[in-house]
Amino acid sequence: MAAPRHHLLLLLFLAAALALAAAEGAAAEEGPRGRRLLVLLDDLAVRSSHSAFFGSLQARGFDLDFRLADDPKLSLHRYGQYLYDGLVLFAPSTPRFGGSVDQSAVLEFIDAGHDMILAADSSASDLIRGIATECGDPEAMVVDHINYAVTDVDGDHTLIAGDDLIQSDVILGSKKIEAPVLFRGIGHAVNPSNSLVLKVLSASPSAYSANPKTKLSSPPSLTGSAISLVSVMQARNNARVLVSGSLDLFSNRFLKSGVQKAGSKTRYERAGNEQFVTETSKWVFHERGHLKAVNVKHHKVGETNEPGMYRINDDLEYSVEIYEWSGTSWKPYVADDVQLQFFMMSPYVLKTLSNDNKGLYSTSFKVPDVYGVFQFKVEYQRLGYTGLSFTKQIPVRPYRHNEYERFITSAYPYYTASFSTMGAFFIFSFVYLYHK
Amino acid sequence: MASMATTALDSLPAPLRSLRLKTKQQELLLRVSALALIYVLAFAVRLFSVLRYESMIHEFDPYFNYRTTLFLSEHGFGDFWNWFDSESWYPLGRVVGGTLFPGLMVTAALLHRLLRALSLAVHIREVCVLTAPFFAANTTLVAYAFGREIWDSGAGLVAAALIAIVPGYISRSVAGSYDNEGVAIFALLLTFYLFVRAVNTGSLAWALASAFGYFYMVSAWGGYVFIINLVPLYVLVLLVTGRYSQRLYVAYNCMYVLGMLLAMQIRFVGFQHVQSGEHMAAMGVFFLLQVFFFLDWVKYLLNDARLFKSFLRITLTCVITVGTLALGIGTASGYISPWTGRFYSLLDPTYAKDHIPIIASVSEHQPTAWSSFMFDFHILLFLFPAGLYFCFKRLSDAMIFVVMYGLTSMYFAGVMVRLILVAAPAVCLISAIAASATIKNLTTLIRSPQTTSGKTTGSKAAARGAIDQSLPFQHNAAIALLLGAFYLLSRYAIHCTWVTSEAYSSPSIVLAARGHNGGRVIFDDYREAYYWLRQNTPPDAKIMSWWDYGYQITAMGNRTVIVDNNTWNNTHIATVGRAMSSYEDEAYEIMQSLDVNYVLVVFGGVTGYSSDDINKFLWMVRIGGGVFPVIKEPDYLVNGEYRIDKGAAPKMLNCLMYKLCYYRFGELTTEYGKPPGYVTSLTLLLAILMLLDKYDRVRGVEIGNKDIKLEYLEEAFTTSNWIVRIYKVKPPKNRS
Repeated sequence: MAAPRHHLLLLLFLAAALALAAAEGAAAEEGPRGRRLLVLLDDLAVRSSHSAFFGSLQARGFDLDFRLADDPKLSLHRYGQYLYDGLVLFAPSTPRFGGSVDQSAVLEFIDAGHDMILAADSSASDLIRGIATECGDPEAMVVDHINYAVTDVDGDHTLIAGDDLIQSDVILGSKKIEAPVLFRGIGHAVNPSNSLVLKVLSASPSAYSANPKTKLSSPPSLTGSAISLVSVMQARNNARVLVSGSLDLFSNRFLKSGVQKAGSKTRYERAGNEQFVTETSKWVFHERGHLKAVNVKHHKVGETNEPGMYRINDDLEYSVEIYEWSGTSWKPYVADDVQLQFFMMSPYVLKTLSNDNKGLYSTSFKVPDVYGVFQFKVEYQRLGYTGLSFTKQIPVRPYRHNEYERFITSAYPYYTASFSTMGAFFIFSFVYLYHK
Repeated sequence: MASMATTALDSLPAPLRSLRLKTKQQELLLRVSALALIYVLAFAVRLFSVLRYESMIHEFDPYFNYRTTLFLSEHGFGDFWNWFDSESWYPLGRVVGGTLFPGLMVTAALLHRLLRALSLAVHIREVCVLTAPFFAANTTLVAYAFGREIWDSGAGLVAAALIAIVPGYISRSVAGSYDNEGVAIFALLLTFYLFVRAVNTGSLAWALASAFGYFYMVSAWGGYVFIINLVPLYVLVLLVTGRYSQRLYVAYNCMYVLGMLLAMQIRFVGFQHVQSGEHMAAMGVFFLLQVFFFLDWVKYLLNDARLFKSFLRITLTCVITVGTLALGIGTASGYISPWTGRFYSLLDPTYAKDHIPIIASVSEHQPTAWSSFMFDFHILLFLFPAGLYFCFKRLSDAMIFVVMYGLTSMYFAGVMVRLILVAAPAVCLISAIAASATIKNLTTLIRSPQTTSGKTTGSKAAARGAIDQSLPFQHNAAIALLLGAFYLLSRYAIHCTWVTSEAYSSPSIVLAARGHNGGRVIFDDYREAYYWLRQNTPPDAKIMSWWDYGYQITAMGNRTVIVDNNTWNNTHIATVGRAMSSYEDEAYEIMQSLDVNYVLVVFGGVTGYSSDDINKFLWMVRIGGGVFPVIKEPDYLVNGEYRIDKGAAPKMLNCLMYKLCYYRFGELTTEYGKPPGYVTSLTLLLAILMLLDKYDRVRGVEIGNKDIKLEYLEEAFTTSNWIVRIYKVKPPKNRS
């Protein structure tokens, strides 16, 4: 959607958001996610120090509920229903949440298919670290960076300008982020065995993780580009979580400040932070990169009804419609790499689906000469997109006894032989019995 | 007997005496009423199971038969014939129509339709439950006819009476035991009777009837292989002993050719009669008979001994060469399939144990213990050799057949427990000859002094009288012997009734045990679990369990299973065995690849139910290891000993089956004063289980792993007595 850009007053944001919300209400196309977000803060001051970020969320139609993290009335759900569709956890130093919320409640919230933005900093509590670890990023540690520390704000090289961003239009938007992203906080390692986690913003090769206030007595355990500054995780149920090692990343100050990388001549008027946080939050809250598959259909060639069972060697057609959520409406998803498997313990048929650019993917093939319980299986996992994984079970039966050829041409000699023998035997018996 | 009735009638008042029948008529009346009583008895004695429990289908295989019968009666024969079942053997499916013997189902469906036509609104289940008793009753009629054919009508009656209650047969034909054998024994005996009759008369009509009997047998049970091997063997023996006759020629040729053609109509049998090694004997004998006939004819034409001899030599050489060549080429080219493992294991009882664990693992395939013979035959075991003596004394074509049937089936009964069933009719027939002949002799002895003292009625009686005089206490001795015989026979009847009511009437799906106070305790856990599956799982859920429970889960739980009792795919069963004997994470991968949603295990540790999965577990290891060598049996044993306590092998304590069986078992105290996790020693169990379960171990031990944590599965349901436990396979972790 044509989101109002930065430089606008908060009031204007709100007005535009209201107008857009009204317009959308009329258009009434339901997105993949709701718009109620719970924002948990350590300190209500964050609300104003990060107002640009919150403003952009509100401008995009999100309904933010700002709460202190230790609010005793805090609750994620009531009567079995979740009250929120997403969580913004900007409370890095909270030792424990108020109300009924705790670490497992947050994780359940994610496992129920909700999204979360989590920001930590060097004061991150065990609770926040625990949640981050459970979301696939173990061992959150204090990080410090020498080489890429940047001018303009501070002097001890803990402020870094990261530009090692993930190459994904889906996550970061189609417009390239030119300026480096300012970051100050802790880095984390990403569990390499966890394929669901992606490093969105990685540290440079010369970065390392340590406490800048103390002297290094042993080599830092986390160094170089193994350090992830901002990472995302898309769970199997498509819940998305963004873990940032820096809360300041989202702050008005970083959003608005200019940046110049050490050793580099170019100075940017604006850091890449604003674009970065807007685009990643769009991704996290499913405003982008969400696919849905509907109308999975299959039938025999020449028929329209879906049968309960196929026969071996039947010719069939399979089709599915795949749409992508653009933030305002479902648009046809266009790709040439969606594949269909006809699967029974292993794929017997593997076909790339062709699409008509209107979202309809289809193919046709012959059922293999093997009976059993097959599945139409589409497993479509692409970077940044929600995983599409749907199967439809269908048994394939062998021929019925009367579906074989009745008379086989090559067997005519045998038919002739048997019938002539029978005839001859009859004549012989007749002659033998009655010819005297 | 007839004379006794006569005296009874003599004492009747005058008006009734006018109804007096001629002796022949009296005899007929007696015979018919005795037969009718036997018929009713055979049916009634099999109803214990219905009275004790309820009208239900028993055990494992009958559930499949019931399910297919239900399908047949609902969808008709065409759909049944072409039925592809996608609910079993997931994901392979099973072509049910082409892999079963349809005789039983068709019979029950026809009976059901007949009853419907007679406006009797019965459920198909009642028909199924009562099919086996009905056919057992019919078997008594066949036994009577058979006995009359080979000896006399007295022997026929005794044979009918014996077979009506012989435990070896009852074990497979009580009400609810809706299995192929129920009708197959009837078909078997009928085929034999008709064939013997055809041999005796040389009539084409009887041979044709026997071919149809054979067809029915083929349609009903895989045991038809016994017929198709015994009959040619019999023909061969007759040829060798010089008893060849035109009657034999007609009977065998007609029966074989027509029977073979008819049998080919059964999809499951197909072309086996010309393609499988097990059926080659019949074909060989068929050709041999033609050669024999041809030689006979040539001999008749030539009328020259020397010329014929040389001709015979040439012909025999040619025939043997051609036969051997044909067999050799057929076998080498794979056209004739080699003998199956089951067949081998009949000839060599140790074969299955060494080569095919899946056959050896079935308790009814174990070699028979002597106690089983005693249990199933009782006095027939002693009457059988006596009967053989009588048979040899009056040797005829028919007698040779019965003797061969008796001896071969006795051998097979010794090899496999379940084949006692096949031996039962033969044993009854031969014993009946012994009993009938002995009693007849004794009664003649008892009556002869009276008759001889009065008047001499013929040379036979005179001769008997002559012997009588040489034995002074003969009369009394005969009475004593007769009383003894009646005592034995009554003991037999009592034993049979007792066995039927105590051992063979248990449905095994509902378990009964004696409580501490002697009262009956009913464990209905199986049905509880299956009902839970039916009600609480999604309709396309896939259940993994050991194959024993497959039929029951599909029939009662109406859910898809991975493997079931139709053990047609050893690899698939081995995969399940491997999953059960692997660590949880390895098992999880296997279960994911098979789309398993639930795992069902049977656990007897709480109730003392001995045929549970822990006792079957070594077979899972063996069968799994037979295909996947990563599973090694020694890993589960400690010094060759199978144990589950603290000293058990570490792999044993952590494999999936152990974990699923003993999950949370540590929290439970099964017996007062014993530590938690103590497996009760066997409480009272069914005698049959103890008799048949060769691989049972009494596990009166404390379990070795009490603190079991499950990572990839979660407990979904455990029945009230813990016999069946169902676990849900968790989906992959959401965040990693």
